[in-house]
Amino acid sequence: MLGLNKKDTMFLLIVIALTMATPFLMQPFSEGSALAQFNGGYPDLMAKVAIFGIFAIGFNILFGLTGYLSFGHAAFLGVGSYSAVWMFKILSLNVFPAIILAVIMAGLFSLVIGYISLRRSGIYFSILTLAMAEMSFRLAYSVFTPLTNGETGLQVRPSDVQLLDGPNAPEYPNIFGLLISDSYKWEVAGHVFTFNVGFYFCAVIAIIAFYISLRIFRSPFGMMLRAVKSNQNRMSYTGLNPRPYTLAAFVISGMYAGLAGGLLAVMDPLAGAERMQWTASGEVVIMTILGGAGTLLGPVLGAGAIKYLENIFSKINETVLHDWFAFLPDSIEDVVVFILSRFTGHGWALTLGLMFMLVVTFLPGGLVEGGKRFFGMFKRKPKEPDDAEHHPETPPHVAE
Amino acid sequence: MDQIFLQVLNGLDKGSAYALIALGLTLIFGTLGVVNFAHGALFMIGAFCAVTLQKILTLSKITIDPTKTDFLGNPAKIKTPYVEGWFGPDMGAMIIDWSVPMAVLFSIPVMILVGFIMERGLIKHFYHRPHADQILVTFGLAIVLQEVVKQFYGANPIPTPAPAAFKGSFDFGVMLGIDANKVIYPYWRMVYFLFSAVVISAVFAFLRFTTFGMVVRAGMADRETVGLLGINIDKRFTIMFGIAAAVAGMAGVMYAPINSPNYHMGMDFLVLSFVVVVVGGMGSLPGAVLAGFLLGILESFSSMNEVKSLIPGIDQIIIYLVAIIILLARPRGLMGKRGVMED
Amino acid sequence: MGILEVKGINKRFGGLQALGDVNLSVVENTVHALIGPNGAGKSTLLNVLVGKLAPDSGSVLFDGKSVLGRKPHEINQMGISRVFQTPEIFGDLSVIENMMIPCFARRDGSYRMHAFETVGSEKGIIEDAETMLSDVNMLEKRDMHAASLSRGDKRRLEMAMCLVQQPRLLLLDEPTAGMARADTNNTIELLKHIRDSRDITMVIIEHDMNVVFSLAERITVLAQGTPLVEDTPDNIKGHPKVQEAYLGETAVD
Repeated sequence: MLGLNKKDTMFLLIVIALTMATPFLMQPFSEGSALAQFNGGYPDLMAKVAIFGIFAIGFNILFGLTGYLSFGHAAFLGVGSYSAVWMFKILSLNVFPAIILAVIMAGLFSLVIGYISLRRSGIYFSILTLAMAEMSFRLAYSVFTPLTNGETGLQVRPSDVQLLDGPNAPEYPNIFGLLISDSYKWEVAGHVFTFNVGFYFCAVIAIIAFYISLRIFRSPFGMMLRAVKSNQNRMSYTGLNPRPYTLAAFVISGMYAGLAGGLLAVMDPLAGAERMQWTASGEVVIMTILGGAGTLLGPVLGAGAIKYLENIFSKINETVLHDWFAFLPDSIEDVVVFILSRFTGHGWALTLGLMFMLVVTFLPGGLVEGGKRFFGMFKRKPKEPDDAEHHPETPPHVAE
Repeated sequence: MDQIFLQVLNGLDKGSAYALIALGLTLIFGTLGVVNFAHGALFMIGAFCAVTLQKILTLSKITIDPTKTDFLGNPAKIKTPYVEGWFGPDMGAMIIDWSVPMAVLFSIPVMILVGFIMERGLIKHFYHRPHADQILVTFGLAIVLQEVVKQFYGANPIPTPAPAAFKGSFDFGVMLGIDANKVIYPYWRMVYFLFSAVVISAVFAFLRFTTFGMVVRAGMADRETVGLLGINIDKRFTIMFGIAAAVAGMAGVMYAPINSPNYHMGMDFLVLSFVVVVVGGMGSLPGAVLAGFLLGILESFSSMNEVKSLIPGIDQIIIYLVAIIILLARPRGLMGKRGVMED
Repeated sequence: MGILEVKGINKRFGGLQALGDVNLSVVENTVHALIGPNGAGKSTLLNVLVGKLAPDSGSVLFDGKSVLGRKPHEINQMGISRVFQTPEIFGDLSVIENMMIPCFARRDGSYRMHAFETVGSEKGIIEDAETMLSDVNMLEKRDMHAASLSRGDKRRLEMAMCLVQQPRLLLLDEPTAGMARADTNNTIELLKHIRDSRDITMVIIEHDMNVVFSLAERITVLAQGTPLVEDTPDNIKGHPKVQEAYLGETAVD
């Protein structure tokens, strides 16, 4: 189906099912129960998972396949956001022109930056992308203020024209009239599930983005990208020019970033330059690696895990911790709460940094590799690869 | 003329900071072959050494003076720093006043220790991993260090004044016979520049004139051969890591009065100092120093109104622009050797 | 007029004259060996031929077209493949993928973005790759990680990757260096088979005289960056200049 073999089709179907069921999966606890604070099924959070999933999937096409580590991808996200908000201001509050322009602008921008940066490789490439993104960030704050509205950020105002929208058009981003912010709440057995238009819009796009990345991974083009990572020398001496391959990967990942930026603007029609800062680029690096760079599912898992945990951890303040450990003797309770509160609430970034270091050090394949090792423990014997001649058409095993 | 002179001066202190950080980065890169994204964090920790010492010195005994009342009518609490109690009010006040210069001494053992722990505990395991992994793990470490500092010192910048003796400014205008008040330069920035000049010279002298330095330089040039001579190069490189950390730390301590330390100053300086290293040439110590000062001065020139009106926004991006041009035109930087990390 | 015409190549590295006025003519469909002591400039010459190094002066014509100034991938697309001294393969990829990449390069040129086909649907490419693998007796290792192959297998894989492109000129840089005797003999047999079964020109750098004399039809002796003599193997064996410059030295080895 869809140009995929049986295994990949199943894989895609599972991903679709999981994505569609996110409002249930992230809302496992009933309202009013002690664990309700671990529910993550708000539209905003779920959409963020989808959006950053897209961002990380795109980044992974560049970093995971070619090994080129860019520290400047947030710039494309920012360009996407600005483009989308401008579309909202000028043309229409319909989301489609906005995200289309976001992808195109980010694509063009990444073509320029990629063309320049890819003249170098290794750490020089990383620093070039870092320098370019930092430059864009600073220009967005200074010279380009007419375009970006500087520190205030770009927003949609009632006075904006919206040339295509009629007099009765909605005043908020919408899909042909269906408001992004609309939600349907379903209460059942103490659980409250929220089905939000914005989330499902992002989810559908995320699935399409995932499908495209799956096709790229399984394509000869994807194989060439892995060849770039493996041995550029041999590639040249095999008559292949690595540059257009890496540039194509760079632009594709830039367009993914632009799409993610556009979707951020769709969920909340506002764009600020801080989205372009290099530490924001660092975040997508962390997501991709935490989940598993070079694997298909890893980036999505990484983005989901980080956005979910960020949300949960930020909510665990000292009061909550005191509640949990009330059963301990007071003095011990205080110590435990003191230590734990360093890592929760405002300390989330600390936990994230530690997690990231541990993963890079001990589990370079990320969560995906961790999962494989975990399930590998239960298998009695690793399965031998089947006899090659029986399956001549099987595409070489890439990554799950 | 005086404008140009002033901009050169203004560029010197920032340039000094760039040069010191870049020097440490290059030492680590040249010796251990590790790309250390946590180096900015070491600079930041240095600055917080100054904050810490200031806090320790101003630890106060609180006494209640029943003869006075505060505005609520309660007996007034009087804080007397312990040092003033021990050394007498005058001496004690002076010690507090001089906390930043003293923090330099305090920071050296602290930073060397931090460096050792970092190298032995983490970096060591990454010698044979790809550079991307090194960047990633040190980036994670940078986040962790900055968050730890944030936990202890809060998110706001903490003013850490220089000694009162350095509060004023030089008036170079008077000294050079031009108009007064045209070229004024704070004393402390002058001190910072001189201090960094001393530290840089010390590092170079150490590498040049000691046997230890000779071995390290030989190791930078050809690690394997030196290893074959039966010299334990790794141990020396560990020590170099400690020294590089101390250099970054001292740069941070002395920078505290110029810019009140905050937890993210490391990340702010990191990007710039990497740019400096690349411009100078990866692995070249003189290149790092030269590029540090050069970029510092360029930055301050581009912030002149005349330049800004000519090319708007140039002051914001000049450093990056220079780096990009240099990387493309001359990838080994100003003074780098050919082929370092080009693959 | 040979398929490869090297004229007046000079290359200096600082004060060292690595190549001094090198002239070489390789006749189509022959095996031409380059021998000479270490530092004679054999590898430098090979690097010039594949576009890795630019010479200071001189010209290199392949099939009448100039090679100089072209990038390595362009030179490869002209029909020149190179086997390296230490095997250059795609270690992270499987053996069959390693074989498929040169097949794609032959079919699609230096760049084509076929992002929406699957690797599995490229039947013709897979077939070519598998045929070549079975030619070098590696079909059973089809799905192995290339990095986990033995050194000898890596060399065979690299050679197969070059051959599957059906190059007109194959450059081999010490194809048997560091090999055990049995492996060396296998390699000789393989190269003989290639030589006799296809239209291919080979330039081979080798230290092992056994390999050279069992394969080569012409031999050029290089010393200090300049060709000393060029002749048939039989004549080279007895040539006094060669004995002095080279064979005498290896005899001591």
